[in-house]
Amino acid sequence: MMEIGLNHYLVLSTILFSIGLVGVMRRKNLLLLFFATEILLNSVNIAFAAISHFYGDLTGQMFAFFVIAIAASEVAVGLGLLIVWHKRHGNIDLDTLSTMKG
Amino acid sequence: MEKYLYIALFAPLVGSMFAALFGARPKTTIAGLVPSILLLVSLMASSTLLVHILGGGEVVHVEMMTWMATGNLYIPFGFVVDQVSVTMMMVVTLVSTVVHFYAIGYMDHDKGFNRFFSWLSAFVFSMLILVMSDNFAGLFIGWEGVGLCSWGLIGFWYHKESATWAANEAFIMNRIADLGMLIGIFLVYWNTGTLQYAEAFAAMPALDIETLTWIGIFLFVGAMGKSAQFPLHTWLADAMEGPTPVSALIHAATMVTAGVYLVVRSNELYALIPNIGLFIASLGAFVAIFAATMALVNRDIKRVIAYSTLSQLGYMFAAAGLGAYWVALFHLMAHAFFKALLFLGAGNVMHAMHDELDPFKMGGLGKTMKGTMILMTLASVALAGIFPLAGFFSKDLILEVAFVDHHFIIYGVLLFTAGLTAFYSFRIIALIFHGEDRHTALGHHPHEAYTFMLWVMGPLAVLAVIAGALKGTYFEMVTAVLPGTEYHVHSAAAYWIMTIGTQLFVLLAIYFAYKKYMSRDIKIPDGTSAMENSFAYKLLKNQYYIPYFYEEFLVKPYRELSIVLWKQVDMKVVDATVDGIAGIVYGTGEKTRDMQSGNLSTMLKWMVAGTVAMLSLAVVFGLAVKYSDEIQAILSGLGV
Repeated sequence: MMEIGLNHYLVLSTILFSIGLVGVMRRKNLLLLFFATEILLNSVNIAFAAISHFYGDLTGQMFAFFVIAIAASEVAVGLGLLIVWHKRHGNIDLDTLSTMKG
Repeated sequence: MEKYLYIALFAPLVGSMFAALFGARPKTTIAGLVPSILLLVSLMASSTLLVHILGGGEVVHVEMMTWMATGNLYIPFGFVVDQVSVTMMMVVTLVSTVVHFYAIGYMDHDKGFNRFFSWLSAFVFSMLILVMSDNFAGLFIGWEGVGLCSWGLIGFWYHKESATWAANEAFIMNRIADLGMLIGIFLVYWNTGTLQYAEAFAAMPALDIETLTWIGIFLFVGAMGKSAQFPLHTWLADAMEGPTPVSALIHAATMVTAGVYLVVRSNELYALIPNIGLFIASLGAFVAIFAATMALVNRDIKRVIAYSTLSQLGYMFAAAGLGAYWVALFHLMAHAFFKALLFLGAGNVMHAMHDELDPFKMGGLGKTMKGTMILMTLASVALAGIFPLAGFFSKDLILEVAFVDHHFIIYGVLLFTAGLTAFYSFRIIALIFHGEDRHTALGHHPHEAYTFMLWVMGPLAVLAVIAGALKGTYFEMVTAVLPGTEYHVHSAAAYWIMTIGTQLFVLLAIYFAYKKYMSRDIKIPDGTSAMENSFAYKLLKNQYYIPYFYEEFLVKPYRELSIVLWKQVDMKVVDATVDGIAGIVYGTGEKTRDMQSGNLSTMLKWMVAGTVAMLSLAVVFGLAVKYSDEIQAILSGLGV
């Protein structure tokens, strides 16, 4: 049985990041876009935690906690805006959010 | 004395600024009165300076401030009042004062009254800078200043196509000549290292003759433009489109004489190159007869007087070219008085006839315009050179100069021209004031000009009569700076034969003019008479076809060339390049604006693409830094 090392975590993190990135690019549903950003953030968290453990330095894990806290507040604000948008327009389709046209 | 110098110089500028304040307003008499009074002040100050110089006082030389001081180049705003410039100042301020006061009456009904005085005073200021400057740079500023004011005043009635055309013609012709002048000034600076008259002329005898010749030629090209000498003469007759006071002041008395002034001022240079002097004299004599012949047939009183001016300028250049600088300056002065008088008289006639200029459509005006008739006749007598008026002393002197110097061809030409001068002057006098009333049939009701206009012409009339008496005093004064050669015909008998012969010849010409043009048979020419169809008449009437020649062989080809350059070079190369650059920028923007669709999804994709691109760059650079040694080894292996 192979021992699970740093590289495995980093590979997992990269895979998750790629999934998140694809989600950010492809998803048209605003809610799912939030999911995709959560995946992005958490992939980074995994990398932080793994590297922190590898070096025996807690800074990385502290950073991961900050990321979680900020992600939580970001989602709270985001969901609030999303609900208001849904009330006004009856949908949460990204393609309808085009008032910032240049 | 410095105080008077500054007053004389700057009073017209203040007047011009004052009138300019009212520039866009409707006519206010004060806008004409204040500049006129300030000019009177300037005249007073000039007179004080004249008295000072006449009394044997020192030459007033001031350096107002430094204008340019870079490296070896040092040009101050310096002014000098010496015997020559004080003469010019007197002529300029006197004639301008008279013309200003006259113009208050003449421009009375003109909408541009205020603007007119602003330009006119600005002209006087520029002219004073021109004559008072103590260096070539200041002279050039004045030179350009009078050119600009002349442009503004010829084109004063800018709604008239012909006026703007004439203004541009004058300006462009002068521009061509000014290039020559500028080259001359550069050559002076290059070879002597200074532009101050005194130092530059002092350094000139040390230069080689070829350099001096070129300097002389180029400076004279400038003088030819301003003084309308052949072949740059066509603008002067066309400049008569301007208001008559302008013609009197600028195109007869002052500005056109600037060229003569330049030659007189540069007498130390021209004394070193007598060949150029002889050329100037020959050209002068040629222009004298050339212009006089054109004046013989012209049917526009102002143009006749303009050609007469041209002819007299020829006399001045003939004198200056032969080295008789003081004679040239004396004729300049005398000519300024009677020619300005003649022009102002013509202005009265124009007013009376509602801007009719053809003397054949006048006749018999002497009955209603006695004052003007007397003044104009007086001016014509002076111009013709009848004893004892001004023209006799100044013009006969030029003839004597040519005779004494054994330039008999020049003498003969000038003598013949004197007869022509008398003939054409009295031709228009006879046509305007005597004979049948040909104008009544055309519905004109002539009236005399305002009385004050006649009175202000008085000083000019007095000077036209007595200027000859000032000759002795004048000679004493200017020969302090100019070569004081006296010209005497050796044998007394020859002198009397010459003088009386000339007088008789001139009188005969006058008699002939009166006889021919006072008769009752004079009709308004309709182009059918034998004379009008003769070749000589047509040649003269069309000004020797020179304007036609310029139009056909210079203006039109130049225009064609310009069109080709415009369409081929400008549009296809210059514009295409500039437009191309603009097009690239614009096109890029047009294409990339799709990014800003407002669609969050698209924008996110671009963001990701950007991030990836940046990351890739970071990686590439990181690797490059890490392996820089190896890369350098590879590159040196390739021989870079």
